Amino acid sequence: MTVGQPVADGQPVASGQPMIGARDLAVVFGGRVRAVDGVDLEVDAGEIVALVGESGCGKTTLARTLLGLEKPTAGTVLFEGKPLDYRRLKDFRRQVQLVLQDPLGALNPRHTVYDAVAEGLRIHKVPGDEQAQVSEALSQAGLRPPERFFLRYPHELSGGQRQRVVIAGALALKPRVLIADEPVSSLDASVRGEILGLLLRLRDELGLTVLVVTHDLGLAWNIADRVAVMYLGRIVEVGPTADVLQSPQHPYTQALLSVVPDIARTEQIVLTGEPPDPARIPTGCRFHPRCPVVLAECTSVVLPILGIEPGHRAACVRVT
Amino acid sequence: MSLLEFRDVSVDYGDIPAVRGVTLNIERGEVLGIAGESGCGKSTLAATVLRLLPDSARVGGAVILDDQDVLTMTWGRLRAVRWADAAIVFQGALHGLNPVQAIGKQLAEPIRLHKTATDVDARVAELLTQVGLPPSRARAFPHELSGGQRQRVMIAMALACAPDLIIADEPTTALDVMVQAQVLDLLTSLVRELNMGMVLISHDLGVLGTTCDRIAVMYAGRIVETGPALDIFDDPRHPYTRALAGAFPRIGDDAARYAPVGLPGDPPYAGDLPSGCTFHPRCPEVMPECATTTVELRPAGPGRAAACLRVLP
Amino acid sequence: MTTIAGQRRRLALSRFWTQFRHDRAGMTGLIILGIFILTAILAPILISPDALDVTQAEGDRFDPPSLAYPLGTDESGRSILLLLAWGTRISLTVGLAATIISMVIGTAVGIMAGHFRGVGSHALVGVTDWFLVIPFLPLAIVLATVLGPSTLNLIIVIGITSWAGTARLIRAQTMSIEGRPYIERSRALGAGNWHQMTRHVLPNVFPLVLANTTLTVAIVILSETTLSFLGLGDPLAPSWGAILDRAFSTGAVSQGAWWYVLPPGICVVLVVLAFTLVGRAMERIVDPRGSTA
Repeated sequence: MTVGQPVADGQPVASGQPMIGARDLAVVFGGRVRAVDGVDLEVDAGEIVALVGESGCGKTTLARTLLGLEKPTAGTVLFEGKPLDYRRLKDFRRQVQLVLQDPLGALNPRHTVYDAVAEGLRIHKVPGDEQAQVSEALSQAGLRPPERFFLRYPHELSGGQRQRVVIAGALALKPRVLIADEPVSSLDASVRGEILGLLLRLRDELGLTVLVVTHDLGLAWNIADRVAVMYLGRIVEVGPTADVLQSPQHPYTQALLSVVPDIARTEQIVLTGEPPDPARIPTGCRFHPRCPVVLAECTSVVLPILGIEPGHRAACVRVT
Repeated sequence: MSLLEFRDVSVDYGDIPAVRGVTLNIERGEVLGIAGESGCGKSTLAATVLRLLPDSARVGGAVILDDQDVLTMTWGRLRAVRWADAAIVFQGALHGLNPVQAIGKQLAEPIRLHKTATDVDARVAELLTQVGLPPSRARAFPHELSGGQRQRVMIAMALACAPDLIIADEPTTALDVMVQAQVLDLLTSLVRELNMGMVLISHDLGVLGTTCDRIAVMYAGRIVETGPALDIFDDPRHPYTRALAGAFPRIGDDAARYAPVGLPGDPPYAGDLPSGCTFHPRCPEVMPECATTTVELRPAGPGRAAACLRVLP
Repeated sequence: MTTIAGQRRRLALSRFWTQFRHDRAGMTGLIILGIFILTAILAPILISPDALDVTQAEGDRFDPPSLAYPLGTDESGRSILLLLAWGTRISLTVGLAATIISMVIGTAVGIMAGHFRGVGSHALVGVTDWFLVIPFLPLAIVLATVLGPSTLNLIIVIGITSWAGTARLIRAQTMSIEGRPYIERSRALGAGNWHQMTRHVLPNVFPLVLANTTLTVAIVILSETTLSFLGLGDPLAPSWGAILDRAFSTGAVSQGAWWYVLPPGICVVLVVLAFTLVGRAMERIVDPRGSTA
């Protein structure tokens, strides 16, 4: 089942108008844990960007900071090119919405589907016919006929349906941006395609901007225009999906891609151990202790934050 | 003589058929993959090997492990078999470990129960080393370990009594791709070194395709396709297998760009199965006969079989 | 929209009632409660105030049960049955009123202490702990003595000395709920503190509140009985505790007048039991998944 019009690789998708982004963003917990350690990011209107990395790389913290759920220790979050005003967050919240990983946890077990979708409308006191708005959101999320779902409880629905309810709840506010944190990782394999297809359709039909946070590179291949790879709080490689995933420049990206199960790929670069503690980030290039092609200078080189200019770039001495 | 053989195994919970007539066999040194999603019966099937199902479950057919039918074994013999002949690596390692006990103690438990070693501490250290963890970690508690490390502990636990067969139920599902690669490498090398048999259960056809020798695909309690792993991954014959394969697209495959593959609806609930071919309501290639004809596995090439009307022998 | 809300509420209520009807323990409790509540309501209608008036009493002292006086007479010749019936009003009123005060304070403090972080929360926890540590009886005696003997004061005293246990429990539950993803989603949707606490935390804390309420009613009624027994309540109001107090002080025990001593105690036990049964039944039904969320 395929959805949407395939957009040819190599052609710019977005309108070029910046929607949501970060400049020199840093989020440090307890003065020591540098979850986000200097990030520049820009997502344009109508773009789908995948933020990829393993657990602990800071991608979820970055997403939550972009949503205003977390205050940055340094740097700024930008919305439509302007810094976020933390006193007027409620307005911002209508325009930038969140889809969480675990749909069962994301829905209050005591609220019906109707209540869950109407919640945002009630919080913002959106004028108009609430029932009609809830119906529209449920339909847009693919739950038809919407009335059949009004009185159901989350535990009565399947995983895919629950995720659609969460998406409907976000859509009800007619946001401009959706930030989805692992939107399909807890769903069955055969259901993933439907939800990913839904995200694509929302971009095509409603012009929604989507930032997907995931550890699944295949997901990025499926729906993303651009990919940003994170490691230990920094973006180490960024660029158009086809370029980054087929011609990776950073050794970390190369290693990640080599271990994605695929029978055509026989030479795996399996890194030893796990990413180090974000409270003890290595000096120089933060990847150097595990890098299979490390050079002497990597322990001391100061790598700049990858900027927001378009194109394929990687933070590695071998590349520049 | 196969290491493990399922002969027409069926499991019913009251009226609900969780597993409906499964016949499979695994040889020593072989890795068999069982592909399927939630509700297809794969975990139930795995549980029959050690008779771990609740009393309310009715099991039919035979599960032959090393020449004996597990389902008709005496209780004493069964307890001896559990863990010493076959062991399970459970899903969700965080919940499989006791949070208030050091992992060394938990590893020691099966060793002590089955009296398979005189120096228990030495055996625990040996096991930890085998799975790539430093022996000093024996004093650690589960929450002090990362997800990948916990999964290694679960594998070590399964190896504790040197079983002939390991069943790994979704061993890498919650793990990052790099840790997943490490765990899969570990499992396959152990199988080779110790000449065990392994059943690997997963919903990720890519994982199975690269780790297993053969794959059996389960849907709604039945096997719908079998064959060599590479063949199944490269050229699936059953529409469901094709959908499963498409759910984890291959990077570099241009046809998968902006084209997520999914199936409408949800995996079927075992208490309310569709008529005829149980897959027909979701099948992208459904024909009118599919709703009324039950399909058995039919030959689909050398060493392959698929249960689909479109597969002509 | 109101039609949908109304429809859902009616549906939920009728579903609740159907399930409750089938819960034998719950129905038993409800029937017992019903009998007592009916007695309390009908008492002023069916019993003339003369029955309480010592000067109007016609029976003999400490008469054993007979047809005219089914539960015998007290030291002034009044019918104990009628006294008990009247006492139902007072015991139940005090019980319910004090429980409501205690639950409202306890739940509010608990949720706020669990939801907010920082100085305010620490202060609330401190106050809660203070009330928990101080032994109930001495505090209640002191307060009752200071405020004076009246039923209203009794309600206040019991209400403000028994909320702390609830608060602690609710705070712990609130903190565990706060960690759940749907609270985060609510924040992401733009919800403020009030919305999060009332629309998300409160409904999920509710089963615990309900269960705790039945325990609290039991404690409250026993407290009222104790305090009245100690002579701290309104001397003219014949609550069950007061009846017991008089029974002991007028020597009913040495006289062997069991009909004076046993019935008040049995009434207390029955009411407490009834509340517990009903509360547990409600707890079983209210959770849509049949287990604590």
